[in-house]
Amino acid sequence: MAIIERPTDTPAVVSPDAAPAVATPATSYGVFRRPVETTGWKSWLFTIDHKKLGIMYGVVAMAFFVIGGIEALLIRLQLAGPDGTVLSADAYNQMFTMHATTMVFLFVMPMAAAFANYMVPLQIGARDVAFPRINAFGFWTFLFGGLFLNTSWILGGAADGGWFMYAPNSSVAFSPTNGVDFWALGLQITGIASLTGAINLIVTVINMRAPGMSLMKVPIFTWMIMVVQFLLLFAIPVITVALFLLMFQRSFDATFFSVEAGADPLLWQHLFWIFGHPEVYIIVLPAFGIVSEVLPVFSKKPLFGYPLVVFSGAAIGFVGWGVWAHHMFASGLGPISVAVFSVATMAIAIPTGVKIINWVMTMWGGKLKFTVPMLYAVGVIVQFTIGGLSGVTHSVAPSDTQQTDTYYIVAHFHYVIFGGAVLGLFSGLYYWWPKMFGKMLNERMGRWNFWLTIIGMNLTFGPMHVLGLQGQPRRMYVWTENRAGDGFFNIGFWNLIASIGAFVLALGVLLFFVNIYVSHRKGTQKAPLDPWDARSLEWITTSPPKEHNFDRTPTVGHLDEFFHRKYEDRGEGDHHDYHQVATAEEIIAEEEAKGDSHIHLPSPSYWPILLSLALPIMAYGVIYNIWLIVGGAALALLSMYGWGMEPHTAPDDDYDPPAAGTELEVAAHG
Amino acid sequence: MADTAVAPATGHDAHDDHGAHHSSTGLSNNKLAMWMFLGSECLLFGGLISTYMLYRGRHSENLGPDQVWDIPFTSASSFVLLMSSLTMVLAVSSAHRKDDRNTKVWLMVTALLGALFVAGQVYEFTTFYREGLGFTTSLFSSSFYTLTGFHGVHVTVGIIMLTSLVGMIGKNRVPGDKAETVELFGLYWHFVDVVWILIFTLVYLIPA
Amino acid sequence: MTVTDTDQHHNTHEGESHGLSDMGYVKIAVFLAAVTAIEVALSYTQDQLGAAFLPLLLILMGVKFFCVILYFMHLKFDSKLFGLMFYIGMFLAIGCYGVFLLSMHFFSS
Repeated sequence: MAIIERPTDTPAVVSPDAAPAVATPATSYGVFRRPVETTGWKSWLFTIDHKKLGIMYGVVAMAFFVIGGIEALLIRLQLAGPDGTVLSADAYNQMFTMHATTMVFLFVMPMAAAFANYMVPLQIGARDVAFPRINAFGFWTFLFGGLFLNTSWILGGAADGGWFMYAPNSSVAFSPTNGVDFWALGLQITGIASLTGAINLIVTVINMRAPGMSLMKVPIFTWMIMVVQFLLLFAIPVITVALFLLMFQRSFDATFFSVEAGADPLLWQHLFWIFGHPEVYIIVLPAFGIVSEVLPVFSKKPLFGYPLVVFSGAAIGFVGWGVWAHHMFASGLGPISVAVFSVATMAIAIPTGVKIINWVMTMWGGKLKFTVPMLYAVGVIVQFTIGGLSGVTHSVAPSDTQQTDTYYIVAHFHYVIFGGAVLGLFSGLYYWWPKMFGKMLNERMGRWNFWLTIIGMNLTFGPMHVLGLQGQPRRMYVWTENRAGDGFFNIGFWNLIASIGAFVLALGVLLFFVNIYVSHRKGTQKAPLDPWDARSLEWITTSPPKEHNFDRTPTVGHLDEFFHRKYEDRGEGDHHDYHQVATAEEIIAEEEAKGDSHIHLPSPSYWPILLSLALPIMAYGVIYNIWLIVGGAALALLSMYGWGMEPHTAPDDDYDPPAAGTELEVAAHG
Repeated sequence: MADTAVAPATGHDAHDDHGAHHSSTGLSNNKLAMWMFLGSECLLFGGLISTYMLYRGRHSENLGPDQVWDIPFTSASSFVLLMSSLTMVLAVSSAHRKDDRNTKVWLMVTALLGALFVAGQVYEFTTFYREGLGFTTSLFSSSFYTLTGFHGVHVTVGIIMLTSLVGMIGKNRVPGDKAETVELFGLYWHFVDVVWILIFTLVYLIPA
Repeated sequence: MTVTDTDQHHNTHEGESHGLSDMGYVKIAVFLAAVTAIEVALSYTQDQLGAAFLPLLLILMGVKFFCVILYFMHLKFDSKLFGLMFYIGMFLAIGCYGVFLLSMHFFSS
């Protein structure tokens, strides 16, 4: 569907069910007739609607979350008692490698991409992203890349070198299965998805803001997403180089990382961490954005120091480029390098601390309302601060040398990633669920979900601090009773606690899925239009939003536009005294009544999914047979031609009846 | 069809009365995206160049850069690629004058010069290979072939795109703004040329 | 660089045009070819040049680089935002990979 016609002479009240007249293309264009379905599976397969793509990102990411979670549970089962027999040493190596890879690249990043895709156009008052077809391409490429990566399990074994895949463990001699090849190629494919997504979202935010929305009126979540996309834009090519070198080493016998051939294995470490450290902020900043959205809503106060939050986010993004070698303190960098990177690492704690202060000050003196999204947001502040503090202990190089490759590191990054990123994403899920699906998630069950998750994560990752300081190495696949130590520091006790915690955590996550089922059963109430008394632009439309997002492109005058339309300031001078002047229902009804008469949306397309499909075919070709590369490349070339010759929006004369009157397009190509 | 799909950059005053919103900055989405892509490519080629720099001295006694380089030949092929940038910019200039015929001619010449460069590179590689410098011979050779190979692939992709563009202009099937499309291809092409400017000096002219 | 400077003045008088005239581009190309020739010539006389050789070559490379970026790619005439996108990437590349090579003792060996 690409054109929405509305009777121009009857601008009367439009009931929520009466969709505007839809015109469909009558003739074909390009090689095939364009897909036009608006319902059924085809409407999802060929969609370029950012909301459908966002939901698909979310569903796929959640599926990978479950897979990564099961891998984690197997790891914890193996370590629960002495002489674990659940996994062999080889299977254990694959398990922790794939657990990390899955969680980082296939869950946290795409889950953030899900929110970014869904919310960014809504938050800036756009009707879609700048390049809708590239958006679809990004999603399918991510999905196929993730599936490709996981097919290694049934094709001889998964990657087993740890998520940062150091040489020489990544070489054929130490990892003879195709696992590492799958890993390198799979990440290459998902990297393409991230890169295209990054360009797309940055252009969207820069160029497609609603009238009146200057950069300093852009909602904070969108800001943080933009910083993340810049990090992706410049970090992905670095890992691309590293992965290509690895592929050449493994598949074509080059020796880029072989010490015996005179190579420097530190080359891989540098390239990986030049990418890897910005990646850390890629993981956590979207969650920071969500928290910064949720806290003001449930504190009934604007975000404290919005410009500071924006600038500290950008500062984190920038300084994040200068600290990568703190992952390599134990590798013999030399005292000067270590000192410089140590200081830079301590410096990056400052903008992060600024954010924490801003959040606390936002809550200070507010009318706090502890709904489930708020609980998760507060959870982020608390848990992430713990992770941040243990992070500062790593920035001190001598202390880091003690902790390198112990469970203390594992404890630290799980507090940061789970306590920061994942809790933040759950906050977003509960907060935006009514927006995305029109139903509230059950609050009571959500509380159980939250508390089990929090207790579970602290039981799991808290003891790892003790384990690490006692010297339990990271990636150790088995421990024995006679070397477990005594008393309080007996590692058997703390390993058991961590394993029990992992299952509590799993139960908590399981409750989330139960909650979805319970909340969407027949007979549950439709969510109100503005359940949380929200502040930003995405709430000035129906829930879920119509395909064209806004009936009328909103004009923006304030940072918290929706709030300022609902409330009027009757205070004097610096004293604010807000009185409600309109309800959400009234505001949205007015927008509908004054809706634009002719909305031109980009049309669905076959080409993005076909082009994405070519990538894993070529990747299988690298591993198995060169003819697959040729076939995949042919499909890619064909799809690119199809794509290149297809206009982003089917032209008007393709439609029946032809669209009359003046044009009014979404500024969208792709 | 170029008329129905109004580019955001050109539409910002025409439709304001309908409340539509166009490019917030007045800049073209496509061009912004292309520049971002090129910024990203800086880190790709930067990584490959640094890898080469790290490994350029690691080779056997008689198969290092000083023994295999053929500076006059490489200078000639560098000159060819440099001139293809000129013909590309003339194509862009013709496209902005809506001169389809000259646009096609200059694009074709650009593609031919690019092809000549790639042919030169293939010749160079085969010569090196005959002298005993295979892909896996030394760290120097691996990183050299990887760097120049990546560049060569970029040129080849550019040639395919240029010839396709000539065909699309001939059949009048360029979606969107034709001049802008030519300009975008031009940006990509010049970037590839710029990378070669770096490679030529850093890899060939400066001794290891 | 005198060639390019005069052409730039010429252009500003034309108002909002897209870069230089065709003749201007030809002049730049000739200039670039000349610089390349100088570079190649220098590489044959490096023994005489001594320590000046490396900086000289790098400067000439930079001149060529920016000629193409600024004139052929229109950065000089286009919005600063385009340039910003490119320069961020460029400086991150120089910075990160420079520090990387520095820590590998590339510049001291």
